Amino acid sequence: MNKRIFLDPLFKNNPVSVLALGICSALAVTVKMEPALVMALSVTLVTGFSGFILSLLRNTIPDRIRIIVQLIVIATLVILVDLILKAFAYPISKQLSVFVGLIITNCIIMGRIEAFALHNKPFPSLVDGIANGLGYGIILVAVSFFRELFGSGTLMGYPLIPEKWYVAGGGFYENNGLFILPPMALIVVGLIVWVFNARNAKNDKKAWNK
Amino acid sequence: MEQIIDIFVRSVFVENMIFAYFLGMCSYLAVSKTVKTASGLGLAVIFVLLITLPVNYLLDRYVLSPGALAQINPAWATVDLSFLSYILFIAVIAAMVQLVEMVVEKYAPALYNNLGIFLPLIAVNCAILGGSLFMQERAYQNIWQVLAFALGSGFGWFLAIVSIAAIREKLSYSNIPAPMRGLGIAFIITGLMGIAFMSFMGIQF
Repeated sequence: MNKRIFLDPLFKNNPVSVLALGICSALAVTVKMEPALVMALSVTLVTGFSGFILSLLRNTIPDRIRIIVQLIVIATLVILVDLILKAFAYPISKQLSVFVGLIITNCIIMGRIEAFALHNKPFPSLVDGIANGLGYGIILVAVSFFRELFGSGTLMGYPLIPEKWYVAGGGFYENNGLFILPPMALIVVGLIVWVFNARNAKNDKKAWNK
Repeated sequence: MEQIIDIFVRSVFVENMIFAYFLGMCSYLAVSKTVKTASGLGLAVIFVLLITLPVNYLLDRYVLSPGALAQINPAWATVDLSFLSYILFIAVIAAMVQLVEMVVEKYAPALYNNLGIFLPLIAVNCAILGGSLFMQERAYQNIWQVLAFALGSGFGWFLAIVSIAAIREKLSYSNIPAPMRGLGIAFIITGLMGIAFMSFMGIQF
């Protein structure tokens, strides 16, 4: 049971590519891999712990004011993440700028709380939150992988394309500047969605034929 | 005056919420199947931005920013409450959305019928919180600039969602590979529209 809760959101029910949740605040941080990884980690922590806390509170919150209680819990966790980043990883926190704050309105978090944590025990809620955060992280890291590789020719800041391949060094290669611009993030995500959907359709067909 | 027009035009075209910062993507993708509902949501976003941004601006300037409390008591000159801004901004947004919903329901039932279902959705729309956070980060100098920014970014969002809805209405007649249908093609078209919007990049007043 717990294994399924953990594995489903990674591929089959991936929150970003299949359910279209939580794209809002994310794509702007995928120019480089390093901030994308930090962002993925922060979102994973916030989804996990907000699910855990709200699942503990689930029987005491009146239904009418649950949205505002959820927002307060999420916002408190995000403030913690923000302060930790500012203290221990200041350059990355500057790069992420407003997007750390925007984790509050990330639809994955609210969506998982509404759909899962309010009806389940704390531990499964924690697992579900972390798995959904990781499913989001996979897409984020994949997008930033392609954008950094083709846009800047580096990965995690290390140059991957040899110096003499570049036109400046007498070679033939040049970085594709389009990948650094925002629209390319959307196109890369569109292509990833295509791959995911095609794979899922194939799996469904296989299951059908059995 | 020139500065205000500059902020407005920049936030509509150059720093468009959707195409440059991907804010409010969730509702942008979910509610863009027909032009009519899309324009309803777009109007609601403009409306809520115009109300929450000035309120959050005043809150930020007179309560949260470092040293702002010195006006009340000089001994508080070193108090810096800016770490509270996330929680207060989101509380203001949620409360304002609720308030706007009640006022509109009471005094403009026709508008309420058009916007009604979208208003609660907007409390968790990233474009609204994003607007407040950008306003804080860019440090606008007075309330007119904030209003120009609110109107401009709301209008830019409206423009984006209405145009994608129009394109998606037409798309339903075309022959798209099955795994691309729906979400995939919507992403790619948004990307292409974003490239088109980049041609406004050099605009300045």
